[in-house]
Order: sequence, then C-alpha cells, then structure tokens
Amino acid sequence: MTSVPQRFAPIQRLLHWLMAICIIAMLFIGVGMVSTVAQKYLPLILIHKTLGVALLVLVLVRLALRLHFGAPPLPADLPPAMKLGARLSHLLLYGFMIVMPLLGLGMLWAAAYPVVLYGGIRIPALLPQSDHAHTLFWNAHVYLGLAFFALVLLHLAAALFHALIRRDDVFATMSPLPQRQQMKPTE
Amino acid sequence: MNQPGRVERSSLGWLVLIAAVVGGSAAAFAYTAGWLTPGRLTPDRMLAALTPPSGPPLGHRRNHAKGICFTGTFEANGNGVELSRAKVFVQGRYPILGRFNLGTADPNAVDATVRVRGMGLQISAADGEEWRMAMINPPFFAVSTPDAFHDLLVAAGKKDPEAMKTFISANPEFAAFAAWAKAAPWTGSYAEDSYNSLNSFVFTNAKGDEHTVRWSLVPTAEPAAIAQAELEKRGPDFLEQEITTRVKSAPQRWTMVTTVAEPGDPTADPSKAWPDNRRKVQVGTLVVQRIEPERDGPCRDINFDPTVLPQGVRVSDDPFPAARSSVYRKSYDLRAAEAGDYPRTEVAKP
Repeated sequence: MTSVPQRFAPIQRLLHWLMAICIIAMLFIGVGMVSTVAQKYLPLILIHKTLGVALLVLVLVRLALRLHFGAPPLPADLPPAMKLGARLSHLLLYGFMIVMPLLGLGMLWAAAYPVVLYGGIRIPALLPQSDHAHTLFWNAHVYLGLAFFALVLLHLAAALFHALIRRDDVFATMSPLPQRQQMKPTE
Repeated sequence: MNQPGRVERSSLGWLVLIAAVVGGSAAAFAYTAGWLTPGRLTPDRMLAALTPPSGPPLGHRRNHAKGICFTGTFEANGNGVELSRAKVFVQGRYPILGRFNLGTADPNAVDATVRVRGMGLQISAADGEEWRMAMINPPFFAVSTPDAFHDLLVAAGKKDPEAMKTFISANPEFAAFAAWAKAAPWTGSYAEDSYNSLNSFVFTNAKGDEHTVRWSLVPTAEPAAIAQAELEKRGPDFLEQEITTRVKSAPQRWTMVTTVAEPGDPTADPSKAWPDNRRKVQVGTLVVQRIEPERDGPCRDINFDPTVLPQGVRVSDDPFPAARSSVYRKSYDLRAAEAGDYPRTEVAKP
C-alpha cells in the first residue's frame, strides 16, 4: 500500500460490481438448476460452470488489486464491534469467492465428470474419482453456497445501512457512480 | 444506533426498506430453489418416484441398478464424419467403457423379471474428449415427456388398479410400449439385444451442416428368442454369467447405426419411432472385450449422463436428455455418499 486511499480504485469498483452481479446470478442459478428437470437445466449448468471458472480468475485478480491498492479506512467513529464485523465479513466473502469455484471443480473431478465450459473449453481433471471426496466437496459446495448467499444479504444490508441510515462515507468508497472527489475527512 | 447526530428521524423507514430488500431477495432465492413450489418436478421427486416401497438401493444407481461393467474398443469406419465432426467418428479405434444393465431399482433383481435392458457407454477420443450415452432395448420410449414418466412411475407404484388406467387414458402413447413389453421376444443374452438411444441429438459436421439423429447399437450375434419362464429357470443372475463367459471366449460386437430424421419427424418425442425408410448410416463397430463385476469395475465410478457430448454432437428439442442428466447427477451424488453400503472389495483404488 502506498498511501491511504479515500475510495476504492476505479478498477476495484468495476470488479466489485461486475462480480457482485455474477455471484448473485451464480447463487440463483445454482439453486435453480439443481431443482429442475426441465430443458433449461443444461444451459443453466453450462453457465454455472463457465461463470464459476471465470469468477475464480476474477477473484485472484481482485485479491491482487486489493493487496496493491489497499482499502479506504472505515469511519473512525464506527463502533469497534461493527469494525470487527466488517473485517470478518470481508474476509469471509473473499474466502467464499475463492473456495466455492474450487469446490465446484473438485466435486466434478471427483465424480469423473469432464469439465467442459461454454465454447467447448475443457478443464483437465486435477483429482481422480473418489466417492469420499465427491461427497465432501458436494456437501461443502451446497452448504457453503447457502451460507454465501446469507452473507451476501448481510453485506447488502450493511451497505444500505451505511448509505441510508448511518450516512457515512462507507458506501461512497465502493459506489459505482463517479462521485465528486471532495469527500469529508473522517472526523 | 448509538451514533447521536448520525441517525435521522426517517431511519425507521429506511430500516423497513432494508428489511424489505433483504426479505424480498431471500424470498426470490427460496422460490428459485423450488422451496415455495412443492409441485415442481425436481430430481428429488423423480428419484422418490423411482424408489421401491422397500427403500432406495443404497450405494447403487437409483434406476438400472443391476449391472456389469465392460471395456473394449469402438472401431469407427469413417462414415460418421459426413454427419458429425465428433473426433470418434474419424476412422480409427477408440477405447470404450460401459455397463450392461437392467431397468430396475433393485440391484438384486431376478434377470427374467426385468423387461427393459440397457447399455451405458463411454467412448473416449485420443485427446480424452468423452461421449457418454445410455441406451435401452425397446424400440421407442414408454412416454413422451419427463413429466409423463414421473406420472407413470407414480401410477405403477400404486396398489389401486385404476391408477394405471387413469394414467394410460391421459398418456395414450404408453399403449405401444405396453404392447412391446407384452409381445416382444426375450433373449437369453445381453449380447443379443439392440440398444437404442431413443432420444434424438443434433449432429454437426465440419461444414456446419446439422442433422437430427437417433442411433442404435445392433448386435452381430443372432438374437435367439427365449421364453421368459425358460430364462427364469436359468437363474437370477444368468445374464451376467452368460455375458462373462461369452466375452471370455470371443469379443462381442455391435454395429452403431445412425438414423437421420427428415423434416417433420417427431424429434422431441422418443415414444414415436421414425418411419422405417429414414436414411441409416453405419458409423462403426463396438467391440466388447472384457467383462468385470460392477463392485470393483471401471463403470461403477461413471455416470452415463447422456448430455456428456463431444464437439459435433448436441442435444435436440427432445426434453429427456436434460431431465436424465439432472436426475442421474442426483443419483450419482447419493450413491457416492452411500458407497459404504456397497463396499468395494479391493483394498484401495490407485
């Protein structure tokens, strides 16, 4: 980190909102596809696999940007418990973003399914078939996926809380809109 | 909030808004997951309908539960290239892995009690690209849609004799299948049966031309009819014993015959056979060289999901492959988790 930024860098904001849309789509597609036998099952699962691998690449880029640019500080007057909650939830969000696609790939490999993405791109298997590993990864993918959605909702609620109720500058740090740069310094 | 001066009087309204956004998102998620619509045909409901009263066959496939593995070679003669750019149609030899099976949810069923026989097959191209299929011996399927198949399973599982009558009046296409089941001759060997894709798929060749096709694996062995009672006398596992002995003495062969649809043919309905005069292309020969019991065999780990397709083959407007993929996947998830109920005899896999 060079200096303490006031907002996330534009590329960080772009990635945040792009990935937010994709992740929410992934969560909905995930629960939707496993509960249908309709023909849309096949395009849904193809999108889910393709987007999942794309998100794995994107989160690595995002992590690198985060380490490079850092993050704006939380408001100085934020209660310590909320600061802790903010830090922990962001760690968890990164954790989910990294682990979910890996579990998804792992459960396919461990079931001896070929992983074929949109456009016929094939991802080679890095694990052999294993009933035990498949079951472990499958359960983890399902239950962590549900927990991920709950955390996304919490994140959304917290963002709205900052923007609408607390009216501090937290939302502005990640706002998709280009804003006037003269932000009040935190008191 | 304990932030004096920060929280405005209108914050209660905002809180309600936030709760509505979160609650609405959660409700949309629950709807998408099918939690609010118990009538939706899910893979779980299909599996529930397949489950016999005695309970599911733990550790086994939820349908076609009794089976035996084979390996061998697909010898492509090159004729398929005209229809599809699938690599395994280029003249040459490709490794295969498959499974002869019986259409029952009981892994210990007596062979002579199961009318439908099947073949799961995986053909691998040189670069590892896979094509999986699962075929059965009737010349057409029992019903037109996955929903009707679910209704059939539910009706067949009921004690009430009226249930099947009601089902048949709602799904008249079933009559042809019932007639086949009653009258078609039985054979005494997996090697004497034809296995048919029934579902249609779209082949795309190198020029981009598309053809909707079905295919069959037609045995080279001459089918010899046998009475069901005679088959029963030969023992509960006769088919597995017979194919093991037979393949040990000589490889068994099937010709892969692709049938090309013409405009207007019922490509979306596997219960309707296409007219006999449709163009047929022999694309190669399946050679089964080795039989292995399923418990430790190579087919055990494979889900013969008919939507695992190579470049040059894709699903058509037939609704079944998607439904089968969805249900087979769930069946695989369950049986993998239950592997302890069907333990392998070998100490460990490599």
